[in-house]
Amino acid sequence: MSDITKQSLTELVENIKNKKLSSTDVTKGFIERSEKSGELNAYITDDFSSALDKAKKFDQKPNFNLKLPGIPMAVKDLFCTKNVKTTAGSKILNNFVPTYESTVTKNIWNEGAILLGKLNCDEFAMGSSNETSFFGNVQNPIDKDLVPGGSSGGSASAVAGKLTPITIGTDTGGSIRQPASFTGTVGLKPTYGSCSRYGIVAFASSLDQAGPMAQNVKDCALLQEVISSYDPKDSTSIDFKRNEYSKELSINIKGKKIGIPKEYRVDGMPKEIENLWQKGIQYVKDCGAETIDISLPHTSYALPTYYIVAPAEASSNLARYDGVKYGFRAKGENLIEMYEKTRSEGFGAEVQRRIMIGTYVLSSGYYDAYYLKAQKVRKLIKNDFDEAYKKVDAILTPSTPSSAFKIGEKTNDPVSMYLNDIFTVPVNLAGLPAISIPAGHDSKGYPLGLQIIGKAFDEQNILNIAFAMEEKISFKNQINDWWIK
Amino acid sequence: MDKVSKKNLEYLINRKDNQYEVVIGLEVHAQILSESKLFSTSATKFGAEPNTQVSLVDAAFPGMLPVINEFCVKQAIKTGIGLNAKINKRSVFDRKNYFYADLPQGYQISQFKDPIVGEGKVILDMPNGQKEIGIERLHLEQDAGKSIHDLDPQNTFVDLNRSGVALMEIVSKPDLRSPDEVSEYIKKLRSIMRYLGTCDGNMQEGSLRADVNVSVRSKGSKEFGTRCEIKNVNSIKFMQMAIEYEANRQVDLIEEGKSIDQETRLFDTKKNETRSMRSKEDAHDYRYFPDPDLLPLEVSEDFINDLKNDIPELPDDKKKRFIDEFKLSPYEATILVSDIDTAKYFEEVVAKMGKNKDMKLAVNWITGELFAVLNNKNLEISQSPVSAKNLAILVNLIKNGTISGKIAKTVFELMLDGDKDPQKIVEEKGLKQQSDPKAIEALIDKIITDNREKAIEYKQGKEKLFGFFVGQAMKASGGKANPQLINEILKKKLQ
Repeated sequence: MSDITKQSLTELVENIKNKKLSSTDVTKGFIERSEKSGELNAYITDDFSSALDKAKKFDQKPNFNLKLPGIPMAVKDLFCTKNVKTTAGSKILNNFVPTYESTVTKNIWNEGAILLGKLNCDEFAMGSSNETSFFGNVQNPIDKDLVPGGSSGGSASAVAGKLTPITIGTDTGGSIRQPASFTGTVGLKPTYGSCSRYGIVAFASSLDQAGPMAQNVKDCALLQEVISSYDPKDSTSIDFKRNEYSKELSINIKGKKIGIPKEYRVDGMPKEIENLWQKGIQYVKDCGAETIDISLPHTSYALPTYYIVAPAEASSNLARYDGVKYGFRAKGENLIEMYEKTRSEGFGAEVQRRIMIGTYVLSSGYYDAYYLKAQKVRKLIKNDFDEAYKKVDAILTPSTPSSAFKIGEKTNDPVSMYLNDIFTVPVNLAGLPAISIPAGHDSKGYPLGLQIIGKAFDEQNILNIAFAMEEKISFKNQINDWWIK
Repeated sequence: MDKVSKKNLEYLINRKDNQYEVVIGLEVHAQILSESKLFSTSATKFGAEPNTQVSLVDAAFPGMLPVINEFCVKQAIKTGIGLNAKINKRSVFDRKNYFYADLPQGYQISQFKDPIVGEGKVILDMPNGQKEIGIERLHLEQDAGKSIHDLDPQNTFVDLNRSGVALMEIVSKPDLRSPDEVSEYIKKLRSIMRYLGTCDGNMQEGSLRADVNVSVRSKGSKEFGTRCEIKNVNSIKFMQMAIEYEANRQVDLIEEGKSIDQETRLFDTKKNETRSMRSKEDAHDYRYFPDPDLLPLEVSEDFINDLKNDIPELPDDKKKRFIDEFKLSPYEATILVSDIDTAKYFEEVVAKMGKNKDMKLAVNWITGELFAVLNNKNLEISQSPVSAKNLAILVNLIKNGTISGKIAKTVFELMLDGDKDPQKIVEEKGLKQQSDPKAIEALIDKIITDNREKAIEYKQGKEKLFGFFVGQAMKASGGKANPQLINEILKKKLQ
């Protein structure tokens, strides 16, 4: 059964339901491969022995009516998992074991899936390369010393490297879509309010959203229908009718109007990205859709707006990590000194930078000029999309302005790092759903992604467009398992 | 009826040639009467074992989110209605950011720019008339936990039972002018909230406490002086003492030609003085911003109207009705309505007295004998040893002449032990008043015969001897003779 890990989620579910494979077979397969993949550094914490127990238990009394029957799955270490250490990639939570389960992961286990372990990520999901994690860099399975993107870098690496058949990440400014793009995988950031934030370590509350990361669109749709639920424990969760996305998936996108925003043609964007975009436009046309040139005039303000709003919320959200109640505590002569040492030693440089920025933009005298203005611009950005959606059903853009870069290449240049999120950030600011699908390779053979942005709650539509394009593109990830000795 | 008058007995601070007026504004923190906290389902019972009423939300565990408690919202709106205030259909929860060991989130969820309740007013009954005090706003916020510094020489302990408990911060306009007005204002707020059932007003348990803003200015001046805020004062007496101290301190500074620094001060109850806590320069920058975990709070007209329909008769209306319906004096009515349980007790007495009732007598017995007993025994009226029903019977017994007022006091004493029926006591102890004129006449005839000389002296003009004869008659009847009849018959016989 050496090819178990090569199978998609849909195939695995099928094979388990048809009793061609047991949950134990599948779980063992992914554990073995994960164990051989230490060099990717995708895991922060594994839960392999417990996963095997659960798989055996499942096989003794299988329930094939579940959507994820006995499927092993590793998840981003930002989701609180009961009795399994949850670090958010930070030293400050290095010893934190939750007594509770996030709603999103609970939904997954309720459908029969089994936790394999917790995947590496940028510290508190702040980063675009997984280099800010206290637990070290994650390697991109595409090539050695290549970043997998971030912040859901461990998740992307694990799916691309087939350490897990599927996974979940979180996306605050592109943290699912950018690493999906860098690793040749599919990543969906759902509409804000679609997936509960309960039990997810918060970065920026008004932007954070959990979503699926998969090898293909169908798997992605299946996981989305499992994780999306209305949750009264999250006041920003929205009670809307949720589709059975995988069942309703269709390649028929005839007559759909796809917007092509001119503002996404940014200065210095590599020619290959532009070419990819043009190819994407051709693909959707080939599928019978129509493309329309549109304008999203406030796009260039999205990044600065994001880098005010997100750090502002983060500076407050991270105040609870103070050494008093749980997590890392440094010794101090008094309360203030304990706070200072705990937070200086417990948080990494990028997190500290964002706390500083956030504290600054909220401080009296600067609030109006930064935070309040950013909120106004955020509204304008949302209005841009609302206007566009009067004319089109979805919007097609590149996912990132470049392919994956080398580890260390941008660590000393935060602004260049932040520019990575230029195409993904507006979506979070507007609370919209968007999916990144692999669409080609650059000259180095690294994958490149295209992003389809939808109307709020219109996940089905962008999944369908992605599904149709996927068929035309027939992308193949070029991974030679270089890290397995 | 009392009239709203702007001028009251003035509280002024006098120095050589100058008179100073004191200007006071209060920020009252009232704990909402609610089984569970503002954003979590933990219990709110006072006095529970430390850290036994703490949820993951209250302790700010990673990924935990606040969910607004609708009941607390209703309580705040009801209070707003009770304060004759504008209810805001849209309000916003903000984060007030600061670090402290008993503040697990690192911020307090409060309402900064858009509170749930806007401007309102309360009416105070002052000795020389009514005074209106403006309400600036009422907003919802979370309480913090409690730091306990005196259990260990090295460590501070934290109890999070209070963390997340719902508070209403009620901010007055700077309309108060004396410690007495402050006392009346707090009492009135407490009374209104107790009528509404929105706050138990228990100051010993910290359910009601206030930050007191004090400034002084020359009498007649229109400008406000620089104010100091005295933090977290938890009794009316301490508020009055703190104001008195602080106002005099400020006046002394002005008299010495010095200026007053705007600052936050603490009241030291042992030394009876206020001390600087932090200056304006050291004031925290709380970095308020809308809490992204909570959507703006929106309430509909219907939601507010349903609550309006649910508002009981409040002290001011009840007072008016007591005056109109029961012909009480404003003074009597004020006393009876000030506490909802007293008002309830009184109304029950009135109901139980039936048709031929003596309202005055009932009021006197409640505010006289009953209050004295409650005071002595340190009881609330809700714990009264004498039920309203039995007090009504007692008052009726006096009214219909069955017993005298004097005997009634004896009966009342006996009633205290187990809320005994006064009717039964009167029967068992044979305390019924003698109201048979013939029997009393016979009794008086005998006394006059026995004291012939005194009778003559009285007739010759020594009128104060009348009392002597009354006393003798009472004594002869064992205190049971109807005093009115004794008077009448004696007068006739001694003519």
